Amino acid sequence: MSAVFKREFKAYFTSPIGYIVLAIMFFFAGWFFTGFNLAGRNVSLTAVYSLMLYAFIIALPILTMRLMSDEKRQKTDQALLTAPVSLTGIVVGKYLAAMLLFLISLSITLVFAVVIAVQVTPDWSAILANFIGLYLLGGTIITIGLLISTLTESQLLACVGTVFVTACLMLMDMLSMSASGTFWSSVIGFLSLSQRYNDFAIGVISYNNIIFFISMQVLFLFLSVRVLDRKRWS
Amino acid sequence: MIEVQNLTKRYGAHYAVNNISFQVEEGEILGFLGPNGAGKSTTMNILTGYLSATDGRVRINGHDILEEPNLAKSSIGYLPEQPPLYLDMTVREYLDFMYDLKKCKLDRQQHIAEICRLVKIEDVYGRLIKNLSKGYRQRVGVAQALVGHPPVLILDEPTVGLDPNQIIEIRTLIKNLGKHHTVILSSHILPEIEAVCDRIVVINKGVIVADDTAADLSKRYSNDQRTLLRVSGPETDVLSLIARVPGVADATSLGEKEPGVFEYAIDPDGTTDFRKELFRRLAERNWPIMSLRSMEMSLEEIFIALTRENIPKSAKSVQRRDTASRGTDKKGGKSE
Repeated sequence: MSAVFKREFKAYFTSPIGYIVLAIMFFFAGWFFTGFNLAGRNVSLTAVYSLMLYAFIIALPILTMRLMSDEKRQKTDQALLTAPVSLTGIVVGKYLAAMLLFLISLSITLVFAVVIAVQVTPDWSAILANFIGLYLLGGTIITIGLLISTLTESQLLACVGTVFVTACLMLMDMLSMSASGTFWSSVIGFLSLSQRYNDFAIGVISYNNIIFFISMQVLFLFLSVRVLDRKRWS
Repeated sequence: MIEVQNLTKRYGAHYAVNNISFQVEEGEILGFLGPNGAGKSTTMNILTGYLSATDGRVRINGHDILEEPNLAKSSIGYLPEQPPLYLDMTVREYLDFMYDLKKCKLDRQQHIAEICRLVKIEDVYGRLIKNLSKGYRQRVGVAQALVGHPPVLILDEPTVGLDPNQIIEIRTLIKNLGKHHTVILSSHILPEIEAVCDRIVVINKGVIVADDTAADLSKRYSNDQRTLLRVSGPETDVLSLIARVPGVADATSLGEKEPGVFEYAIDPDGTTDFRKELFRRLAERNWPIMSLRSMEMSLEEIFIALTRENIPKSAKSVQRRDTASRGTDKKGGKSE
């Protein structure tokens, strides 16, 4: 697992992908921060965090598109799958590499907090809650992207597929608003990633939501392992 | 060392590998021979745990590939048909990665340096794999298989894309590796298998059609060797004369080779030697023999005979005999 993790993390920086993801995340975060906090003379970072969801729709699929699809295209999966490593080890190693790069890209917001702290004391607990909430939500998208990446040999398809699924997840809330009060709105409300995130956005860290995000990630990682295993039998 | 029992891999209604069994003993170099698409790579992918078999079992070094995959896999060094190289890594980084991936316990620096010396990639050690030539990539692929000093090496067409000098080098390397490793080597290039392997398994359309040493294979098939005959005389008359000689099973004309001289291929039926009688009868009619030579089947011809779809008559008998001898008595083909 650690070998896969190390290789995968390094590969983000031997290819342009790591830089592209960092650039997208930093660009949007910087833009929102300049607009709301610097120009708008606001000390709360909540708006920046909430808007970062939209940056995820572009950045995270790029982060995950290559993970498994490229192994298959280059046939390097033959080295991985014939080495004495479990499928879970391979998948988790890749997941952790993506999560580390994502953590680095999200950490730019902590720099903003420090910038604010020069003038006034920021609301650290709200920042912490937002950070954790976004990290968990992004992590869930990463596991979805990883799963989609196991399904195709094409990075482009993996990327487009993940963008599509992520955008649908974000748009689902709008549907639930128009159908409020019905059975469907409660189903959508339960599954909606951004509604789960809203609690974090107002500074509430609830176990409920943490467990939801973590179990979603475990589910998608498990499915990725199953897809890889299934391929050997077909 | 390697035991394969009743291995079957089915894709829908198509059998890529159909009920094959063989064993490889420790220190043996086994050649796995067959035309493209015969099931060589599929078999190797199953042996290494990359694919799962529909049926049958594989044991490597005493460990079942499905039940104890990690133990079995750590005894194998595998070079797939296309070397599994990360193009964005240098050779050094890549071998380091494989060392970690295989959870190798040997001294890292010394072990990797030794492998690089063995496959002669020291001079490209610091270069990106992306920028290496096909020959070097292939060697890095071999190096990767050697990491961790596994007792079993499975090499799928290791010399593809190499120039003749490199091919000889790799062959010598494999021969040397065979002293300390059990090796399975696949190829559709016969001289390669002949030069390197102790034993040959020929596979066609997912079925083993022969399993023997190179020497025994050609001995077995040269039993009903063809004879080539050139006679100066009228084609049809000579042909009918030849066909009537006792001991001749079949004769065909191969056309006019010199002015007035035709060539004939004669398949003996194995009862008596037809040559003396043939000479006497031709001399009687005053049709001189220009040449008479036996056509010992080379490994190449045996291979073609074993794997061709439109099997010529002489080869058909070879094929039939082989099918019959398989299962009952592998080496008893001669007695038929």
